[in-house]
Amino acid sequence: MTKRTIIPFGPQHPVLPEPIHLDLVLEDELVVEAIPSIGFIHRGLEKLVEKKDFIDFVYVAERICGICSFIHGLTYCIAVEEIMKIKVPERADYLRTIWSELSRMHSHLLWMGLMADAFGFESLFMHTWRMREKILDIIEDTTGGRVIFASAKVGGVRKDIDNSTLKTIAKKLESYQKELKEITDVFIKDLSVRHRLSGVGILKKEDAYELGAVGPTLRASGWPRDTRKLGYSAYKNIDFEPITETIGDSYARCVVRIKELFQSIDIIRQAAAKIPDGPVEIKVTGTPDGEYFARTEQPRGEVIYYAKANGTRFLQRLRVRTPTFANIPSLLKMLPGSSLADVPVLILTIDPCISCAER
Amino acid sequence: MQFFIMAKTVLKSLFRKPATVKYPFGPKILSEAARGSIIIDILKCIFCGMCQRKCPTSAIVVNKEEKTWNIARLRCITCGYCVEVCPKKCLQMSNQYTEPMLTRHEDLYKNA
Repeated sequence: MTKRTIIPFGPQHPVLPEPIHLDLVLEDELVVEAIPSIGFIHRGLEKLVEKKDFIDFVYVAERICGICSFIHGLTYCIAVEEIMKIKVPERADYLRTIWSELSRMHSHLLWMGLMADAFGFESLFMHTWRMREKILDIIEDTTGGRVIFASAKVGGVRKDIDNSTLKTIAKKLESYQKELKEITDVFIKDLSVRHRLSGVGILKKEDAYELGAVGPTLRASGWPRDTRKLGYSAYKNIDFEPITETIGDSYARCVVRIKELFQSIDIIRQAAAKIPDGPVEIKVTGTPDGEYFARTEQPRGEVIYYAKANGTRFLQRLRVRTPTFANIPSLLKMLPGSSLADVPVLILTIDPCISCAER
Repeated sequence: MQFFIMAKTVLKSLFRKPATVKYPFGPKILSEAARGSIIIDILKCIFCGMCQRKCPTSAIVVNKEEKTWNIARLRCITCGYCVEVCPKKCLQMSNQYTEPMLTRHEDLYKNA
């Protein structure tokens, strides 16, 4: 029998933007087992709900994650609105959809950059982030923040985008699409990139289902599941189909995310064309009483917010199930059998966002 | 599968202006809408304390008797909630960020 070695991976590692620790059990160069440990950056944000007014808590919810911040705030708002039986104005629903898709785009571009950096393609990494900056500029012009939008609010949205600006954004994205394709083609077609990603960390269709994978990780294994299809916000009026791949390797997960970028552009275009005029928020009176499970699709997958209220200004309990947490079991399934040099790439393919997994 | 797909982009960027801002040699143009810092027109303020009650990080302290308005710039998260709730509209969001500071001091505004 070959000698087994244990190599600690993380919490500080060049490839990891956030801390997760893995004990990798190796036989020669091959991983036979991976034991994770998380809990380095637990901040106790769920407990804070007992001390903050339910209207003000949306600022805390937005800060659960630094990348998909808007969708966190949005999901919290949906949960509270459903408890209080508030019907959000239609224009606000469309604006929420547009901002959700913009945040999905900037998150996927961030991931692609990190991925390029992980497999050692520095110039591709820089060009991807150059493209991401343009999306961030649109976000900053419309909300005032680059990643923390602070525009979701219980009962609607806090800011409006006027129709002419929306048209300009849709037009800008049209030309942006061509420029973006130049960069994404490198990921899809380049020999060295394909060689690095194809066949690495295959997650079988049945495994993905049984381990409860979510988001692009699940869709790359062939399951057409997208929480946006539930039709929250304005997604019910928008025509799109979940993007799937069949192989379930790192390359498939990369392709799913790239196709989702173009899908997001299409959704924004549709939303900008269909958006009705009207108010963007309604006045919220009274306090919530009851409980609700809110589910939305984040760039990384499905996020679940459970909120329980007892008729006071403070919620009794808030529970967040983030997509990264759901994807860690799939990661542990992918790791055994891969070589040590593939581990950084594999960890990145689930798009780990540890600070939101630990809250 | 192809080779040298990146070459086109790389060659193009050789003859293009840098994508980054040449700060501090060139100006950094901030978006008009950027949430930089809170500014107050203290003469219009009626010291109702609405901003203090709503501030999610308790960065604002208002004293009605002494007519002072106090903000801890390092604690402020520039969410803009105070601007929204201000009844006299004397608070505004500026797109200029707060200057770096060496001590943890608070900015005090007084209407004397």
